[in-house]
Amino acid sequence: MLAFVIRRFLQSVVVMLAVGLIAFAMFRFVGDPVNQMVGVDTPQAEVERLRAALGLNDPMLVQFGRFILNAAQLDFGISYQFRQPVTRLLAERAPATLELAFTAAGFALVVGVLMGVYSALRRDSVLARVFQAVSLVGVSLPTFLIGILLIYLFAVQLGWLPSNGRGETVTLGGWWTTGLLTRSGLRALILPAITLGLFQMTLIMRLVRAEMLEVMRTDYIKFARARGLRTRVIHFGHALKNTLVPVITIAGLQLGSIIAFAIITETVFNWPGMGLLFLKAVHNVDIPIMAAYLMLIGFLFVTINLIVDLAYGLVDPRLRIALRS
Amino acid sequence: MPHPTSEEGKGLVGGGHGGRVARLIDSDILLSLRASGLTMVAAVIVVAMFLGAAFAPLIAPFDPFDPAKIFLSDASIPPRWQEGGDPRFLFGTDDQGRDLYSAILYGLRVSLVVGGLGVLLAAAIGITLGLVAGYLGGRVDAIIMRIADVQLTFPAILIALLIDGVVQALLRGHAREETAVPVLVISIGLSFWVQYARTIRGSTLVEKSKDYVAAARLVGLPAPVIMIRHVLPNVIGPVLVILTINLGLAIITEATLSFLGVGLPPTQPSLGTLISIGNKYLFSGDWWIVAFPGATLAILVLAVNLLGDWLRDALNPKLR
Repeated sequence: MLAFVIRRFLQSVVVMLAVGLIAFAMFRFVGDPVNQMVGVDTPQAEVERLRAALGLNDPMLVQFGRFILNAAQLDFGISYQFRQPVTRLLAERAPATLELAFTAAGFALVVGVLMGVYSALRRDSVLARVFQAVSLVGVSLPTFLIGILLIYLFAVQLGWLPSNGRGETVTLGGWWTTGLLTRSGLRALILPAITLGLFQMTLIMRLVRAEMLEVMRTDYIKFARARGLRTRVIHFGHALKNTLVPVITIAGLQLGSIIAFAIITETVFNWPGMGLLFLKAVHNVDIPIMAAYLMLIGFLFVTINLIVDLAYGLVDPRLRIALRS
Repeated sequence: MPHPTSEEGKGLVGGGHGGRVARLIDSDILLSLRASGLTMVAAVIVVAMFLGAAFAPLIAPFDPFDPAKIFLSDASIPPRWQEGGDPRFLFGTDDQGRDLYSAILYGLRVSLVVGGLGVLLAAAIGITLGLVAGYLGGRVDAIIMRIADVQLTFPAILIALLIDGVVQALLRGHAREETAVPVLVISIGLSFWVQYARTIRGSTLVEKSKDYVAAARLVGLPAPVIMIRHVLPNVIGPVLVILTINLGLAIITEATLSFLGVGLPPTQPSLGTLISIGNKYLFSGDWWIVAFPGATLAILVLAVNLLGDWLRDALNPKLR
């Protein structure tokens, strides 16, 4: 087991180094970092001095090592467009993205499980068919189109909900801004969270439905019925409980996707998060922000995958035995 | 799926011209197509959209790229059946006075070309790497499949966005019009190759141990010839299904990138670009500028996905 943990951990480090290499190559070769810092009329000697001071004349391997060391200390340099440390810019916008992502994930999990259970238990009901149709649309429609549709319905036509920004925010503990404590903040969260979570919701619904149908056919459910247990106990105490392991795995794996896909939702709703910052950086060729965001997303996916793999190793005895031999 | 040496395969390749069409119509595949009404509708829609896109210059009443024929006085006219509509413009006009119906036909063309070329490139990369990995094995196999595993943990659309964003940043808007399509195609190709590679590698591993490969080796054929002439025809079957299913994804990817402003520029609009333009006018009540390109995109992707689902089931011998 320990060998497995170490091997898996080393793999993650290698992947992160590869992502770091891509980020470094971007940083170093896409546009000259010095040109971004000096004006047109800066004398050549001054440019050279700055170049040496930044260590841009060192061997590439040394520069890469320094880049990785700095990144490990969360230092990604100065943004070209904002003239501020990239880390601070990202940290300022992280709460907006994280609140949106976790709300979307919670919505997807709760509604997805409920819809999945219902459509498995009442397979032929009208509502179950409606759910199936919704899930087909949810898989086929691009995220941004769903967002536009929701804005048109609930913001333009009905005027119920806002479509732009985060609403009022409250600062907690000096740095975390939250929209969860104000009325306008909560109202502003509804449409983006649904947009972002809809795809994952359909995914979870399909998964729960399939797993439930499978479990309902097993002998222990028949036996539970024969014992005269109440239907609700059978459905929720026995059947649903056994479908939850794969569901939670998928939900965990999807969390990274949700944070990444927030780029699209944040653009549609002008939500002031990290994704919007990244997209602005792409438009303005702000390489330090792009490189930092790339490493952040890479780290997120690698960490989530590592945790899921290790958790499997802990939970599944078969995997443990296979590893030992 | 093995190489299609079944009835319809022979009929298509070697049969006389008279029986060929009849055989095709009688084949299992078309039978299951006719059996499912929804799939039939999807197929008709996809074919109609392909034709509309292919013959856009002939069908479209206006050339949306000809500035001499676009007048700002025609801007933001609602669809024909609405109050204030103009009989010349079926779906109305956009903010610059472009006929939306024509713009959609041309946009469909761009979306289908980018999506189609993107999945073809992805298939080419994936098939090559999968074949090489499966046939050669060893270290080559390990390296290729490790890269595939890592890439699979990231959503393809995110990878496409990162590649596209970095390249756009690299080009700094130089010659955006000429480079936008190739950059998008390459981004999609590099994002979607993994599934092909894994499928092809799996079947190649099975085929490799069969006698005909051993025989080819004994005769002294070089590895590339065995891979391409002998193994490839036997493992290529499932690719068609993946191609169809990925076409929908590729079209969505292109539309998303264009919507985010890193895809096709407004001077050369795809469906995604048109939606992004129309999105700005949502609040001013000009709903049609976003609604018709959006509906076209949604119907196209839905139809392609339905077709892909059906094809997967129809070609699966277990479900026959």
